[in-house]
Amino acid sequence: MDALAPLIASAIVAGTPLMLAGLGLLVNERSGVINLGSEGMMLMGAITGFAVTIGTGSFTLGFIAGALVGMLMAGFFAWLTIWLGANQVATGLALSLFGVGASAYLGLPYAGESLLPLQFGIPFLQDIPVLGPALFRHHPLVYGSLLLCVAIAWFLGRSRPGLILRAVGESPSSAHSLGYDVRRIRLAAVLFGGICAGLAGAFMSLVYTPLWVEGMVSGRGWIALALTTFATWRPFRVMAGAYLFGGITILTYHMQALGVPIASQLLSMLPYIATVVVLVLISRNAAWIRLNMPASLGKNFNPNV
Amino acid sequence: MSGHFIRTALGAAALAMAVGAPVAAQAEEPLKVGFVYVSPIGEAGWTWQQDIGRLELEEALGDKVVTQYVEDVPEGADAERVIRDLAQQGNKLIFTTSFGYMNPTLKVAKQFPDVKFVHSTGYKTAENVAVTNARFYEARYLAGIVAGKMTQSNIIGYVGAFPIPEVLQGINAYTRGIRSVNPDAEVRVIWVNSWYDPGKERDAAIALLGQGADVLTHHTDSTATVQAAEEQGKYAVAYHSDMSKFAPKAQLVAVTHHWGDYFTNAARQVLDGTWKSDLTWGGLKADMARVEGFGPAVPEDVRALVEEKKQAIIAGTLTPFDAPVKDNTGKVILESGTFDDDALNRMNFYVEGVAGKLPRK
Amino acid sequence: MLRLERRAHPSRVMAWCSPVLAVLLTALCGALLFMAVGKDPVASLRVFFFEPIKDLQGWAEIGVKVAPLLTIAVGLSICFRANVFNIGAEGQLVVGAITAGALVLYLDDDGNGGAVLIAVALLAGVAGGMAWAGITAFLRDRFNANEILVSLMLVYVAELLLSYLVHGALIDPDGFGFPQSRLFSDGWLLPIVLSGTRLHIGIVLALVAAVVGWLYLSRSFSGFKLQVGGIAPMAARYAGFSSRSSLWISLLVSGGLAGLAGAAEVMGPIGQLTPSISPGYGFAAIIVAFVGRLHPLGVIFSSFIMALFYIGGELSQSRLGMPSAVTGIFQGILLFALLACDVLIHNRLRWRR
Repeated sequence: MDALAPLIASAIVAGTPLMLAGLGLLVNERSGVINLGSEGMMLMGAITGFAVTIGTGSFTLGFIAGALVGMLMAGFFAWLTIWLGANQVATGLALSLFGVGASAYLGLPYAGESLLPLQFGIPFLQDIPVLGPALFRHHPLVYGSLLLCVAIAWFLGRSRPGLILRAVGESPSSAHSLGYDVRRIRLAAVLFGGICAGLAGAFMSLVYTPLWVEGMVSGRGWIALALTTFATWRPFRVMAGAYLFGGITILTYHMQALGVPIASQLLSMLPYIATVVVLVLISRNAAWIRLNMPASLGKNFNPNV
Repeated sequence: MSGHFIRTALGAAALAMAVGAPVAAQAEEPLKVGFVYVSPIGEAGWTWQQDIGRLELEEALGDKVVTQYVEDVPEGADAERVIRDLAQQGNKLIFTTSFGYMNPTLKVAKQFPDVKFVHSTGYKTAENVAVTNARFYEARYLAGIVAGKMTQSNIIGYVGAFPIPEVLQGINAYTRGIRSVNPDAEVRVIWVNSWYDPGKERDAAIALLGQGADVLTHHTDSTATVQAAEEQGKYAVAYHSDMSKFAPKAQLVAVTHHWGDYFTNAARQVLDGTWKSDLTWGGLKADMARVEGFGPAVPEDVRALVEEKKQAIIAGTLTPFDAPVKDNTGKVILESGTFDDDALNRMNFYVEGVAGKLPRK
Repeated sequence: MLRLERRAHPSRVMAWCSPVLAVLLTALCGALLFMAVGKDPVASLRVFFFEPIKDLQGWAEIGVKVAPLLTIAVGLSICFRANVFNIGAEGQLVVGAITAGALVLYLDDDGNGGAVLIAVALLAGVAGGMAWAGITAFLRDRFNANEILVSLMLVYVAELLLSYLVHGALIDPDGFGFPQSRLFSDGWLLPIVLSGTRLHIGIVLALVAAVVGWLYLSRSFSGFKLQVGGIAPMAARYAGFSSRSSLWISLLVSGGLAGLAGAAEVMGPIGQLTPSISPGYGFAAIIVAFVGRLHPLGVIFSSFIMALFYIGGELSQSRLGMPSAVTGIFQGILLFALLACDVLIHNRLRWRR
């Protein structure tokens, strides 16, 4: 049973970048814009955060830098899609592709370098047996991501700006006729998505595995995208999906180490299959899906037409 | 960083040619040597060690050679094109440094009979294709001795990439080394199914630490495992490269690869015209595998024991797989003697002391 | 200042110029990039754009890369036009390779082979890809599970399945435990269409697929229904077009084509089953489809450009000492440039005070 605490702790840490990126994407998509560039933004956030931290010695500056880079990339994406009307799917893909290559290139001087990670713990709570090491010794951003989840849920569900955002996502033309600047609102949502993706990437290179290697995000950006769909665009479900995915991955490793006689490749399939199974279970009701997916997702809006 | 070296080498070669031209008899075109790498060079790991070998080759032979490399070449259809391109560009000696390049190398070799190819970790040779590998498992055995002496929980963690014979040789030799000094210790293995995914390696490392392992090692390409150990105040045995700069307190020792001598020799032989295709599998004796980078925690008597066993292996009086060898279900695999190369290359079991079961083929 | 004004009609001229303009823009950005790292821009661009096609061998290698990209992109064009986002073509490619490869390994007795059996194996690949895509279609049809998520998850499952099989059931018994299958004997390898090169019949199949795809979309009623369903789903429903059959057709077609690409890769340039049979063709094809504007004939051009960039990027490494990352950067810039230039099809730039 003393494998339980580390298991929970690793699951939480593994799920955090997925959750951070996923929450950003959720806000993004709620405004009707789908940004497939998350993998590229996360990688750029990772290398920028890493480089800045190596250069300045400050983890905080590293995180800020990662978030800013994510925001910049998202801004470029927003300009192309929201103002120039380019196809969102293609532009997002280009962003990912570019981000993968650019991060690898920028990361060349840092290849294989690593940082000594900081230790954290909430005083008092961290010493509770089992729960302490499982839940209370994490990096502040882990708790930050939980707060973010709550904040977004409140924002979307209970605040006026959140309602406006959702309206823009459902029917931009209606929002436009009500006098709301659809493009500005979408821009804000997209920028927020970029900040989250950048932070998630920086988390990978500064906390999760404090080193830089090219491509280190290894597809988590795509998983985060898939998770927003899985979560039917509701924040707490993004959290559940992220921890589910992260948790099952860690669990399969524990199973291997304990000598469970199933081939490792088959065990490694579990998180992916589990995600599909849960998705199937929660999607059975077609009306429910229609109710939750932002109706204008992926479609561009031009106020001048 | 690499471009600079190439330019330096090219510059040196050009200068050599310009200066050497009037000196009629001995002056020659420098030998062009090409390298194909499966991953980016980075700063530690398999390809990094290959590249160190390349740099040692350049240093040893100076203006007699000009090297170039292509990194991050995926195994599969692309590899053939890259290898062919290097041959077409005039490289007369080409090193293809990953087992997945084996068949592409052979195909290109057929079309370029006057180019010599050296394939790492493969098993098929041809008239102009040699194979090289290193007996890392000998060094693993020695590292196992260190791990067995230093562990207190008697649980030792191993993060592996793919269950292929080379990795299994490492696991089994390591375990044998551990058990030779500590019969109560157990090795637990997690397969991450990737040579290079630091996130997964770290997850696996933490899972092993969570199960009580206090010495970790890995057969993957990043420093994640070793760093996880450092973070949690446990020990680690590094692989491919000395990782003490990434884990100053955790690293007990590193099992490292050294290709420089082999590369230099091969190039010399091509220059002299004495190159022959063969299958070189050098270990501690040929200095292609080493244990080095002993950490501050390893006491003198353990280091001395390792040195003693190392000399025994070099002298041939000891091998990691001296009979009897039992697998971890208790069945006796080897009753007398030791494994020959063929058996080593077909290894598909866990020795006694490793927890778990390999998927049966 | 410069403003974008919507045109009354999309500009035909720009529709043709835009890709050319995009390539030029990419070349310009590339030149700047090369200068920034201290390399001669003209020489570097020459390596990137001209070196790959300077001889027949070069064109053949481009063809070897175009074949899978084009095959998959044709299928994806159809799929995306129906608004079904099959992101899992990579997984369907892998499963197609597995089924074709497994059949070959089962039937190969070192002497047989030949056209008919090769065709059978390729069909097995198509069937495999279809079946894998069919899972996505089924889950979406029956359970409303979003196809982006399901098809993407199935990519990872497919890759792990391949790894499992080449380590186990399909491994070469004389292969010293290497995770690879036996080499396919010569009778089972795809015929080469250009002697002295690696260019195999896969490229012919790809071009045929492109033409058939184009005919399907432009001339068949089924293709028409599919496209209307993608552009105006409400109108389609009103007209009685079944969105269900569009879903199945688009996924099965794109899955089948991806499977064909996978089968052609393992029966062509690779010649066996290995753990890594695709450097991400299924994902790159998504970009190829978009750059080709989801038009089966347009993707011929875009797959050529994409293949050129892959090989140009590789050559930049060995000729110029550029890092491998340069390929991804170029591909990203190309796509951005194209998207930006495409804007000019529907809008014009005007100088307004």
